[in-house]
Amino acid sequence: MSTSSLSRRGFLKRTAAVAGAAAAPTIGFAGSHSPLTVGFIYVGPKDDFGYNQAHAEGAAAVKAMEGVVVVEEENVAETIDVQKSMESMINFDEAKLLFPTSFGYFNPHVLEVAPKHPDVRFQHAAGLWTEGMPTNVGSYFGYIGMGQYLNGITAGHATKTKKIGFVAAKPIPQVLLNINSFLLGARQVDPEITCQVIFTGEWSLAVKEAEATNALADAGCDVITCHVDGPKVVMETAAGRDCFVCGYHANQSPLAPEKYLTGAEWNWAGVYTGMVQTVLDGGTIDNFVRGGLADGFIKMSPLGPAVSDASRAQFEAVKAEIMAGGFTAIKGPLKDNTGKVIAAEGEGFAEDDIALESMDYLVEGVIGSTS
Amino acid sequence: MTLSSTAERTTTARPGLGLAGLARRSEAVLLPIGALLVGFALFSLFLLVQGKSPTDFFALVYRAGFGTAFSWENTLSRTAPLLLAALCVALPARLGLVVIGGEGAIVLGGVGAGYAGVLLSGTSAFIALPIMLLIAMGIGALWIGAVGALRHYRGVNETIASLLMAYIAIALMNHLVEGPLRDPASLNKPSTAPLDEALRVGNVPGWDVHWGLAFGVIACLLMWVLIEKTTWGFAAQIAGGNARAAQVQGLPVGKLIIGFAALGGALAGLAGFFEVAAVHGSANGSLASGYGYTGILIAFLARHNPLAIIPVAVLLAGFEASSGLVQRRMDLPDATVLVLQGFVFVAILMSETLYGRFKIFTPERWRSA
Repeated sequence: MSTSSLSRRGFLKRTAAVAGAAAAPTIGFAGSHSPLTVGFIYVGPKDDFGYNQAHAEGAAAVKAMEGVVVVEEENVAETIDVQKSMESMINFDEAKLLFPTSFGYFNPHVLEVAPKHPDVRFQHAAGLWTEGMPTNVGSYFGYIGMGQYLNGITAGHATKTKKIGFVAAKPIPQVLLNINSFLLGARQVDPEITCQVIFTGEWSLAVKEAEATNALADAGCDVITCHVDGPKVVMETAAGRDCFVCGYHANQSPLAPEKYLTGAEWNWAGVYTGMVQTVLDGGTIDNFVRGGLADGFIKMSPLGPAVSDASRAQFEAVKAEIMAGGFTAIKGPLKDNTGKVIAAEGEGFAEDDIALESMDYLVEGVIGSTS
Repeated sequence: MTLSSTAERTTTARPGLGLAGLARRSEAVLLPIGALLVGFALFSLFLLVQGKSPTDFFALVYRAGFGTAFSWENTLSRTAPLLLAALCVALPARLGLVVIGGEGAIVLGGVGAGYAGVLLSGTSAFIALPIMLLIAMGIGALWIGAVGALRHYRGVNETIASLLMAYIAIALMNHLVEGPLRDPASLNKPSTAPLDEALRVGNVPGWDVHWGLAFGVIACLLMWVLIEKTTWGFAAQIAGGNARAAQVQGLPVGKLIIGFAALGGALAGLAGFFEVAAVHGSANGSLASGYGYTGILIAFLARHNPLAIIPVAVLLAGFEASSGLVQRRMDLPDATVLVLQGFVFVAILMSETLYGRFKIFTPERWRSA
């Protein structure tokens, strides 16, 4: 415990230093034309070691850009609150580009506010924009399931009990894809491996996340990952139970430096600076943008000290395949864990296949139920 | 204790006419305002310790909460559910009950309204909206009415029961919107099917504030009349002051307890209806956003007076409306406004002990000077 809290402090200090350096130019900006104000809104705290921190790291990269002012708000609920936060940024800060980052901000809140402010661009993190929606709204999204597949490969090498565990928020398509990818990655190493999943029912519920992690450890799982908003509790609890961990959303290695294998991270810094640069150059961002590891939308945490040479070699080989584009993790012959055929021999769903976005099954080898 | 003694005081020390009446009346206004200022002063110290300027803070709160037309729209949009949530605390409080689980009635009322809206899809709004509204109120009334019934028939502490039932309500809502009532098209954010455009409640004309605000204000006025001007309200005060004495007088204490609790729950359910019909357009997990809990704070600050709930709710909504600008301009965390609310809450609770202690407000003691 003491080592992890010390290193956490170190991590916070470093991020604070980076953020401080990045904030400096925004205070006394004196350009020839008025700077572009970009607003970021988070549903939780921006130092949650998870979903919100990943977006805040992207915002920090935007802050460092020339000619840009960044304004941020954290802990904004998916209610009238976010509508008013967006409008407050537009009214008081003259924001012209907004990143309301939480999934639940989109419908109805972004769709409600965007038509009232046609000169403001709204960029939302999920693949929800469709034809007919306001054209000043855009969606962007990353194939992070492939990151969980790579997590699975390191997990497959690290596990001794052949049981790995997954703490999940809700049985929705994005989460199911992550669970399935994690197991399928591990099964590339050893087809005997099983993955036990526990759903907590909420995106952020620390007590249940800790209970679920302990339950997985009690059940013999020795590598644990998760998909909740803030993986901090899962990482620290699992490492405390002497399990290896794979990260999600952001880099959690400071929380469990010895036990952290790798992690599937969003790479919003690259995506956001690109989008802001497009607007600065007077261009228009596409309404619908997607990408994976190859496109710089996601990245992997550096491999931890517990990763073996064999594990490293396979990880790098598969990563290279994914980088080549169009990688297929969900492929036949494949059944779900109730015995239903998902894909026959020769069939498969590439990472950008739209069918993956309505996934409603857990693959064979995952212990758990979607309902 | 506090509640029952409050009720006794209001019944025994009715303000009279003239200077003495004015003195008694102003005590109820000036003491909370004084407590508010003390809360602000303590919070200013807190800011100074953090190296931040209190003047900047309050200037920003004023600007973002009340300084522009947009600020007022922002504040009043947030006020709407708070008025109804606060009434769910204030009404049972007249009987000495501390009900803190209005959140449960809000979320279940919202689910009821949302699902009724799905079933009534295609029906005229004139028929569908009143049905949705009544269903939301009915569910809220049953939920909090049950708290009153548990208290009256089984002696279960209403504070604990209502709080625990709020957790049950949230779990039930999650089960319903993620299970039986889920729209299969709502993939990553499980919700009931979206309401028809015709079944959405719009804004008060000329304002970017939905009709929930008007209903909330009207509900506060009606509840004030109920409590202050009717025999029902009077009976509730007597029962709240001393239930045994009220029973001896032949008052239907049980009916009063269950009735006032149910009425409060109905109003909280109404808040859920507006959240679904005016804000979200479907019922989903975002219904549990804590309005019920802010309502507790407001009701206590307003000393359970429905008229006072209106300005107090506007004030707290204004604080919340300014939270964003405070974060952005002063680099203070979002919890800052919660700290301010905490200081104000403690100051107001402590001011409760000061009633009757200031000579200027108590004409009986003027002569003995």
